[in-house]
Amino acid sequence: MVRRRIVQALTALAYNLNLKGFIQGSIYQGPVKNACVPGLNCYSCPGALGSCPLGSLQSAFGAVASKVSLYVVGTLVFLGALLGRFICGWACPFGFIQELLHKIPSRKLRHKKAFGVLKYGKYAMLGVFVLLLPIVYAVQTGIATPAFCKYICPAGTLEAGVPLVALSPALQSSVGWLFSWKMLILGGVVAASVFVWRPFCRFLCPLGAIYGFFNRISVFGMRFEPAACTQCRACARACRADIDPSKTPNSAECVRCGDCVRACPNSALKFGAAQKIKPGRRGNVSPGRTALRRP
Amino acid sequence: MSRARRPLQAALLIGGAALIAAGILTGELPVLLRKAVFICLECIGIG
Repeated sequence: MVRRRIVQALTALAYNLNLKGFIQGSIYQGPVKNACVPGLNCYSCPGALGSCPLGSLQSAFGAVASKVSLYVVGTLVFLGALLGRFICGWACPFGFIQELLHKIPSRKLRHKKAFGVLKYGKYAMLGVFVLLLPIVYAVQTGIATPAFCKYICPAGTLEAGVPLVALSPALQSSVGWLFSWKMLILGGVVAASVFVWRPFCRFLCPLGAIYGFFNRISVFGMRFEPAACTQCRACARACRADIDPSKTPNSAECVRCGDCVRACPNSALKFGAAQKIKPGRRGNVSPGRTALRRP
Repeated sequence: MSRARRPLQAALLIGGAALIAAGILTGELPVLLRKAVFICLECIGIG
């Protein structure tokens, strides 16, 4: 857990090393800005050194000659096939912020039936706001409006909107209903994060939806050893994404946080090359057995 | 890991790398850079 926190913090810092931007109210304009970072990190954040893959994907619909950015799609495919949603769990600054908010003492909501429906929200966001609307705008006007960034993305509001508006009187004078709407969404996500673990990532994030498509086949994933499983369900109780890792260790909802790996008393779950579950081999270890415990 | 997945993983990794290379070779990076170096007013809720 501590190791993941350190990686998350270092990643957030690495994405946003243009620290003087937060003082000057400007953004980085250097030559590496066209490189996509793996996680959700607004390229208009004053600290951002690279581009958000989602923002780049939407903007490219009207900008590049082929209408679809091969570079951005290739980056998403390559990273997804290699890591899947490991990126969400370890290398996304906005996921990190939500996890910190979830540390605020309060009643935590888990295993709610509604979550089983809400998880499909991120696919709707991907289909409507990331793909459909920018393409419609591009066809109609020749300019692709990044609809998800414009109407939804709370990461952009927090990382870019709030600091830039706070530092620029010119932008302050331009604030209107759209900024108020986005602040409302940000406020909702911040408040929900206190009670629900990573609500934006689980229910709304289109980038998580894209990486989730690759979770079952990514090179890096979860390994489950049925022979070592005692069906004690410690992994399912530990999982804050409400997955049963002994049944779906590489679920599209899994962000590879590793809570289940630590919770398993028999090391039946490990990080490594993803694999299929081989049915019919469970329960070979009695619940009290300790021979397979990690040292 | 299931051996049946390895060809698919390899295909996706190679395909992804090929798309990245194709994007670079077709001159997408300067286009993306032009977008990225200006404040996106829409992204911050102004535009």
